[in-house]
Amino acid sequence: MAHVVFTANLQRHVPSPPQDVPGATVREVLDAAFAANPRVRGYVLDDQGELRQHMVVFVDGVQVRDRVRLSDPVAPDAEVYVMQALSGG
Amino acid sequence: MGDRILAATRKGLFTIARGARGWQVAGAAFLGDNASMLLHDARDGALYAALEHGHFGAKLHRSDDGGATWPEIATPAYPPKPEGDGDRNTWKLARVWSLEAGGADQPGRVWCGTVPGGLFVSNDRGATWELVRSLWDHPDRRRWFGGGVDQPGIHSILVDPRDPRRVLVAVSCGGVWETTDDGATWNVRAAGMRAEYMPPDRVHDPVIQDPHRVVLCAGAPDALWCQHHNGIFRSTDGAASWQEIENASPSVFGFAVAVHPRDPETAWFVPAIKDEKRIPVEGRVVVGRTRDGGRSFEILHAGLPQVHAYDLTFRHGLDVDASGTRLAFGSTTGSVWVSEDQGDTWQTVSEHLPPVYAVRFCAAT
Repeated sequence: MAHVVFTANLQRHVPSPPQDVPGATVREVLDAAFAANPRVRGYVLDDQGELRQHMVVFVDGVQVRDRVRLSDPVAPDAEVYVMQALSGG
Repeated sequence: MGDRILAATRKGLFTIARGARGWQVAGAAFLGDNASMLLHDARDGALYAALEHGHFGAKLHRSDDGGATWPEIATPAYPPKPEGDGDRNTWKLARVWSLEAGGADQPGRVWCGTVPGGLFVSNDRGATWELVRSLWDHPDRRRWFGGGVDQPGIHSILVDPRDPRRVLVAVSCGGVWETTDDGATWNVRAAGMRAEYMPPDRVHDPVIQDPHRVVLCAGAPDALWCQHHNGIFRSTDGAASWQEIENASPSVFGFAVAVHPRDPETAWFVPAIKDEKRIPVEGRVVVGRTRDGGRSFEILHAGLPQVHAYDLTFRHGLDVDASGTRLAFGSTTGSVWVSEDQGDTWQTVSEHLPPVYAVRFCAAT
């Protein structure tokens, strides 16, 4: 199970506690997390299901490269951090 | 008479109320958040607020208790962009730029105009939204372009009080569009507008006009006023044709316009030096008023700063109340002024709010 942590700044808008979810890619992991907490999806992904312009995801400390399909692999016990990009101010 | 004003600002939604000591800021919601638009739906008293979170995207909230609580409602969402579609616009909500209530006989109907140019409709008070595909799929929609922002946006939605199946929307930069069949079909209605930012053979192209703001006289709905990027235009035939008003002083440039709710000859503007500077002429904040359909203008400034004032008023930053007597406007510098005599004199409500994006009178609740 991957351990998914959302930026603390998101908590002000929508409760988003850490979750342990299955999945082999960033897409699968996030989809599993959103299934349990659907409101969070629109705060992290845009209308086209891509990572929002000023959001970033790290898997075991490495920033994900595929922001469109979210195909980066996720190890079974990975730490996934969904953070704000400073490009967004 | 409007005794309450809501102001959507860069850092929250503020309530301004008329009390024993005059007009004062009476409350705030969403402090710290960027509020791009608001709506008071007089049919059911609901308040709507659009937020634009820098990281988390645009969101909508509604209050059914006069602003005490603001639960989030559905966000208008664009459908998947088809693979290989060459549309230069994203199919992603960037900003909620207009919110308007439907007709009296359309309970729950709310219209929502957005950047990058999609018009959305809800029939359940924002619980669900649907993109108006007839306009989005119109081939001319792809000729719209952004003005001041990267992508085009719908900033004005005018529901005909005689027949709410007739709706006009105005687009920067995409002209004015009309439906008479509740959104099934659309036609551009910008004949007579002129775009001096275009090459000569495109100046009168209706689909690339930049109406900064269009308003409709509720008591005479065929009367429309438009503050356009390079001038002021007026229509007296329901947007079938537009006539340019060339003699407005001190400038024909600006963003905001308001029209008297019953007198179609009376309208107000907040002028600025066009186009490259966008500051008040000579550093003086003034309001322009015509009472004769644009044949002449008065420059109103009593109570407004006249020395080194660089307040700019955006397109939704000016409003007139339902009586036609009270006006309010807000500025990029965080000032808000109110007039109780059609603009003859002004009271300062605040000079220290965040940049003001939208000001609207609403009935007290």
